[in-house]
Amino acid sequence: MNILQFAVSGLLIGGVYALIALGIVLVFKATGVFNFAAGHIMALGAFLAYLLMVQVGVPIWAGIVIAVLVAALIGILVERLALRRLIGQAHMSALMATLALAYFLQGLMLAVWESKVLTLPKFLPTGSVTTGLVIDAELLWPFVIVMILFGAFAIFFARTKVGLGMRATAEDHQLAQLKGINVKFVFALTWALAAALSTIAGILLGHRLGVSIPLVFVGFKVIPVVLLGGLNSIAGAIVGGLIVGLVESFVAGFFNAWLASIAPFIVLLIVMLIRPEGIFGQKRIERV
Amino acid sequence: MLRLDNIEVKYSNVILVLKGVSLKVEPRSIVALLGSNGAGKSTTLKAISGVLSMELGQITDGTIEFNDVRIDRQSPEEIVKMGIVQVVEGRRLFRHLIVEENLKVGAYTSRDGGRMGRDLDTVYSYFPQLKNLKSRISGFLSGGEQQMLVIGSALMAHPSLMCLDEPSLGLAPHLVREIFDIVKRINLEEKTSILLVEQNVRAALSIADYGYVLENGRIVLDGAASKLEENEDIKEFYFGLSDLGQRKSYREVKHYRRRKRWLS
Repeated sequence: MNILQFAVSGLLIGGVYALIALGIVLVFKATGVFNFAAGHIMALGAFLAYLLMVQVGVPIWAGIVIAVLVAALIGILVERLALRRLIGQAHMSALMATLALAYFLQGLMLAVWESKVLTLPKFLPTGSVTTGLVIDAELLWPFVIVMILFGAFAIFFARTKVGLGMRATAEDHQLAQLKGINVKFVFALTWALAAALSTIAGILLGHRLGVSIPLVFVGFKVIPVVLLGGLNSIAGAIVGGLIVGLVESFVAGFFNAWLASIAPFIVLLIVMLIRPEGIFGQKRIERV
Repeated sequence: MLRLDNIEVKYSNVILVLKGVSLKVEPRSIVALLGSNGAGKSTTLKAISGVLSMELGQITDGTIEFNDVRIDRQSPEEIVKMGIVQVVEGRRLFRHLIVEENLKVGAYTSRDGGRMGRDLDTVYSYFPQLKNLKSRISGFLSGGEQQMLVIGSALMAHPSLMCLDEPSLGLAPHLVREIFDIVKRINLEEKTSILLVEQNVRAALSIADYGYVLENGRIVLDGAASKLEENEDIKEFYFGLSDLGQRKSYREVKHYRRRKRWLS
């Protein structure tokens, strides 16, 4: 009974991890940059939503939409101002740029909203559904939203021209250019999408946990999610997210909360030993 | 149609790769650009398609005109839209995409979505094998199939000029023959001009109308393909034949080589 309960909670929590991981995977696939600032962009998105809904006082749903759009704009700015200049430079410089961005955003949030826990107005059903198991509605609804988003993305990448262009760009920038794909546009679009996704994740987390600076640490928890699933795999982001959610939930349930926070990293180390490219990572295709 | 005038290309501002290359491609013709490794053939193609900047290269002098419009400052995607499509050396394709997706990516610049189906059929009529492989992951195709796929993908853009970079590289002789025959057919049936970069001089000249020989970043010889095939220097340095028209016996090779004395 307990096992099933932990499994369900774990899966539901894992959904939001998967969403943040999707943002990181998108950026990595398209631009080859690992975005360390994903957690910070997520927290910033949550703060933006708070700013709009509570401090400015726009209707809740409008607040969400505006926050997502503003975040997308921030994503484009980050790409345009910082990362585009680093195209062709060593990977390390782009990596450091995202770290710098992370600390910049953290400082900014601390300056504007201080280290308080702010409460978002509830816009999703709360309470819990009990059908043998106790399912927390505040976990269930975000999970449903995440799955819908994943479905939409799967269709976008498989069926649309821009999606195909993004997949092509992810593989070979120069070849994509030679096919007439505007690679700079794809980069900007990728960052916009990633920032928008992170913001949605931030709002969903903030809805349950409140909006505060420590949200950024969820970003670090997503690193094992991404590496577990495979840095360049969208399916991997889902599976990685769900696995990390499960591991956390089980360890917290059977052992203690302290161990739960490091358990994903232990699993990660084991997976890295067995399958360095992650569970769904693309192996380089080499014909012999 | 395409006109390169005194093009000079530098990499990283120091390495001078092309030292004033001029060449012309007339409408509906096949022009071969010949030369050995490091002569600057691929660099010439990259200069035309505008992707030098990604490799820290730059056109420092000269002009490139396509249908009387300067294109040497245009972005790669603009150049594709104008009708110049390059097939890169080494059968480079999107390995993780399936065959049909690789073809569809080729039509990225075309705005007419309804034409896609017909264009795919055209490609499959040139390369019937690809039809059976259309949902295969491209990275797992054989070398010959991959070469067909990259040419097919270029065809999807309806180019008026197709630049082919060493389509014969690493293929068996009968496959080279097959690919070159199809290139010739595309030239005739689709009325596509072709700029063919090759080290396989004999195969290239067999389908080309005109040829240029590039060496150390300079055009050292040019002429009608039939003339070039008869040229003594071409015979000696690229066909490996001596005056007698026979394969050279290495017993008679001296310690020094005859100086190349290009006639142009």
